[in-house]
Amino acid sequence: MSTTTDTQAAATQGFGGVQARSEAVLNAPRIAIRNLDFFYGDNRALKAIDFDIPDRQVTGMIGPSGCGKSTLLRVLNRMYSLYPGQRATGEAMLDGMNIVAPDCDLNALRAKVGMVFQKPTPFPMTIYENIAFGVRLHEKLSKAQMDERVEWALTRAAIWEEVKDRLDTSALGLSGGQQQRLCIARTIAVRPEVILFDEPTSALDPISTLKIEELIDELKRDFTIVIVTHNMQQAARCADQVAFFYLGELIEVAPAAQMFTAPKHAKTQEYITGRFG
Amino acid sequence: MSLSLTAGAVPGPRKDPSVAAALGRRRKRVNLIVKVLCVAATLIGLAFLASILVTLTYRGFEAMSLRVFTHVTAAPGSDGGLLNAIVGSLIQATLGTMIGTPIGMLVGTYLAEYARGSKLGNLVRFVSDILLSAPSILIGLFVYTIIVLPMGGFSGWAGVVALAIIVIPVVVRTTEDMLTLIPNTLREAVMGLGAPKWKMIVFVCWKSARAGIITGVLLAVARVAGETAPLLFTSLGNNTWSTDLMKPMSSLPVTIYAFAASPFEDWIALAWAGALLITLGVLGLNILARTLLRNRT
Repeated sequence: MSTTTDTQAAATQGFGGVQARSEAVLNAPRIAIRNLDFFYGDNRALKAIDFDIPDRQVTGMIGPSGCGKSTLLRVLNRMYSLYPGQRATGEAMLDGMNIVAPDCDLNALRAKVGMVFQKPTPFPMTIYENIAFGVRLHEKLSKAQMDERVEWALTRAAIWEEVKDRLDTSALGLSGGQQQRLCIARTIAVRPEVILFDEPTSALDPISTLKIEELIDELKRDFTIVIVTHNMQQAARCADQVAFFYLGELIEVAPAAQMFTAPKHAKTQEYITGRFG
Repeated sequence: MSLSLTAGAVPGPRKDPSVAAALGRRRKRVNLIVKVLCVAATLIGLAFLASILVTLTYRGFEAMSLRVFTHVTAAPGSDGGLLNAIVGSLIQATLGTMIGTPIGMLVGTYLAEYARGSKLGNLVRFVSDILLSAPSILIGLFVYTIIVLPMGGFSGWAGVVALAIIVIPVVVRTTEDMLTLIPNTLREAVMGLGAPKWKMIVFVCWKSARAGIITGVLLAVARVAGETAPLLFTSLGNNTWSTDLMKPMSSLPVTIYAFAASPFEDWIALAWAGALLITLGVLGLNILARTLLRNRT
């Protein structure tokens, strides 16, 4: 059939010059979102969202500002529960537990679903303590075990070599890119199953961005990753699956290669080729 | 449409250079007048301040001697010092701060971390702000009613409580302000790790706001160190050496108040010395507070 060849040809070209990874096989779902609605007060910000987040792969969420992609990210670790007047209805099943159910244990959920923010958020303590803080919340480790965990997390976050000689200095003295990798280390130190990235590189320079992207690619061997990004190239480079949101609705979700080469919806095509957004 | 017809052309008469020049001259004139008024007002204020400081420094140092720090207050003409007043002030200001600070910090934390936008929070903030600007003599009378009368006499403790009540709203305000400055993303980062809220507050928020809160406490100390009115009705003053908080206790401001109004020259000189001591103490605290705040940013 000639369609296959067409798709492959398109995969190398892509829409708007965006290059996507070519494999299109998605793993079994880790989080299953069904009929999910979200409300800021009376304002319905997410409308009947339905899709699966595949295990140990990267799901990219794209869409213009205010489309609800960050909102959905903040549903997945119940961050919205910090603010009165925000609520979600429907289902987001993780390990047989409904994330948005009122009786969900938030501390346990957040140990499973970690988050890395747009701006680096180092705590006002030493580099070592930044990592150990989160671990101590959920585990009782000996000093040696904690040292080992801190080294492991910093190594996985590709920052160990840069900070190993100054673990007892303040984390606030690190550069922006280092701080962001420290925050990633802090998140993986808790050994979550899912890591949420909320535009993790939008405050970073291109070299730091590249490091974070390589890191994400490396981390997906062990963690399920969801990343919100405004950068189409980043979504194409990092994501296995891409979801496009518009005005609170999930317009389209597909393997990255398909999304960037043969989007089904006109709206998706317009967005990824830069015609609006 | 008319809009599209005139597009590109600026409406109104053509620009007249002489009108623009006249407007410019007027603007310069008004500018000069405002500038002169501002500078004059500043100079008048500074002149008063300088006059006070120069007189205080001159008279204060003139009266300063080792005796001020080694002898207690004594009858006129018998070589007294201010030792009991200095120590009394230190004790009452320290204890008042130690009692007022934790209460103020907890209230400020409640306002910033638990009660943002809530009705009770707004009420508490309002009451605290009223307390902040309440005449301090009212606080003295209040403590007189609730402590001095039931205990049957003036006491150091009553003075401590009065000063603590003055410390509270100052610390409430700075604690809340400093905590509010912390970006919410930092709070989300802590909560996102699965931390309980109290750990977020104690280990991250307070730590981030530490320099600011300490600054607030230092400013509160500086404020209570010079308070006279709340002590008049509470610790009263004591012309003998006493560190017993159950008895009336001496303090620098009350001693200054009593000595400065007396007809005796040596007492008046001691009042100047005491005033200089308080001023230098407050100056030191302010410099320390500013240094801390600058190092933070």
